[in-house]
Amino acid sequence: MSGMVEKTGKATWLIHLGLIIGIGIVCFPIYLAFVASSVSQAELVRPPMPLLPGDQLIENYTRALFSGINAPVWRMLMNSMIMALGIAIGKIIISLMSAFAIVYFRFPMRGLFFWLIFMTLMLPVEVRIVPTYVVVADFGMLNSYSGLILPLVASATATFLFRQFYMTVPDELAEAARVDGASPMRFFIDILLPMSRTNIAALFVILFIYGWNQYLWPLLMTTDPDMNTIVMGIKQMFPSGDDLTDWPLIMATALLAMLPPVLVVVFMQKLFIKGLVETEK
Amino acid sequence: MSTVTLNDVRKSYGRDEIIHGVDIDIADKEFIVVVGPSGCGKSTLLRMIAGLETISDGTISIDGRIVNDLEPMERNIAMVFQNYALYPHMSVFDNMAYSLKIAKMSKAEIRERVEKAATLLQLSDYLKRKPRELSGGQRQRVAMGRAIVRKPAVFLFDEPLSNLDAKLRVQMRLEIRKLQRELGVTSVYVTHDQVEAMTLGDRLMVLNGGHVEQFGTPIELYERPASRFVADFIGSPSMNMLSGTAGSGGVTLENGAFIASETRATGPVQLGIRPEHLVLNEGGPLVLEASMVEQLGSNTLVHGFLSGTRKALVASLQGVHSEDSIGPALQFDVPPAAQHIFDSDSGKRLDA
Repeated sequence: MSGMVEKTGKATWLIHLGLIIGIGIVCFPIYLAFVASSVSQAELVRPPMPLLPGDQLIENYTRALFSGINAPVWRMLMNSMIMALGIAIGKIIISLMSAFAIVYFRFPMRGLFFWLIFMTLMLPVEVRIVPTYVVVADFGMLNSYSGLILPLVASATATFLFRQFYMTVPDELAEAARVDGASPMRFFIDILLPMSRTNIAALFVILFIYGWNQYLWPLLMTTDPDMNTIVMGIKQMFPSGDDLTDWPLIMATALLAMLPPVLVVVFMQKLFIKGLVETEK
Repeated sequence: MSTVTLNDVRKSYGRDEIIHGVDIDIADKEFIVVVGPSGCGKSTLLRMIAGLETISDGTISIDGRIVNDLEPMERNIAMVFQNYALYPHMSVFDNMAYSLKIAKMSKAEIRERVEKAATLLQLSDYLKRKPRELSGGQRQRVAMGRAIVRKPAVFLFDEPLSNLDAKLRVQMRLEIRKLQRELGVTSVYVTHDQVEAMTLGDRLMVLNGGHVEQFGTPIELYERPASRFVADFIGSPSMNMLSGTAGSGGVTLENGAFIASETRATGPVQLGIRPEHLVLNEGGPLVLEASMVEQLGSNTLVHGFLSGTRKALVASLQGVHSEDSIGPALQFDVPPAAQHIFDSDSGKRLDA
């Protein structure tokens, strides 16, 4: 044991047992979903519910990916991916630049602009959804990627995060760059941006998941099944009438929908740590 | 050839004027130190020369060209900051090369200049390291390297040594002086440390509350301080200041002691005498009631009071004196040549 406090063997066991039970509780529904996606419809609806994976795994997933119910799942995954990436990258670029403007430039009505950005915090999508819908519809952007991305792309939270970070950067750094002959944009790109790298990575994870999990907005503005995103698409897979619910297919889709955010977290976590301990560029 | 001329330079924030008209002519290759207590406007003055602060009034010229409205880059200056201001994500090489890259210099030329500066500063082995992998002294050298590679007309130093420990500070002080001599670049150096100021500067400017108190060589400032402020600021330990009344060939102190002097002044004055200039002499007119002794090895400081008063008085005796060997009262002569007489009200020097 190399911990700060020496633990007796018994205490360690108890702690680990508690953790394992916790993990079990969290993972069980996901395991059930996995089991459900690997059996046939008939096996699934016949009680008792199967607790071990069946042999229909590949078939169910192939069916979900390439035919789906309303639209093939690969199509919805791609839509979600475009939307989530668009939102995450767009938000990061916009907030990096607006924070840069607010921290490093004294322009007329700077305070006003700062408060305008601040106020958008109080107006989440749900509150402004009707006017936003009208604007997007008038621009003819329904059922388009730009319509999915643009209304969600401004972010007061991210602007604040970068503002706080920029304010911790010593003024001398900006002055040194000025003496070195760097223009403001050059300073932004050469110095501020690389220094924000870890912040950007952290924010990307949060914003990607935020974008991926958007439900209400895509539900409202995509009527064409080919433009459905995966999170709302799952809901659309439930039949409205007396049709049978194709549970194995829905469960397979649900698991596929979970995959990209999980991958982003796993992949970016490495970048995080690298950003914190790295010695080379 | 690079000269710097400040002509009635003023700075105000709103209605508060914090620099009240500074005039200096800095000759080519000269090392000027601006010294003063914190808040005296010395850093502001330096930043005005650098172009990081606007100039409210007056003109600053570099090489005869008025630079008031030029960007720092166009002024052909380089600056070393107190906290080094190195770009944390860039290697030492990139830090030094950054300004040259912006100036669109060829890769070969950049490499040559950076390597030359690195050799000069003994940084050749560290070019690939990041600033955080360097010690304070090495970071300071990188900051200087960044200034050197530009081959600027003027170096500006803003308290560059104040983040270093005492020993390193002495070492870096010598290095800066040596480097400046070798490169022959006109320099302006800001510090609050009078020892740094004395050792580095060809000429010192003592700034007090935005006014120039005195501008001259270190020895001029030491030997003929123009005001009580300069007298107090330059020299360690500080000059003793004793109030008294001048007249009939001397100064009568508060406790009645009469100190013979060559001053022609009359009325209330301040008599200044440096601790190291007091001459120990049985029967001398100045009596020090010793209260504490500091042994520094090469000399011994005796702290105490002017006899019969609570007025602090310090004497510096050459060599080692044990506490026991120093009696409760020491008598000193005050040689006329070592006396400084200041006006009681204005604090200005009154010449004999």
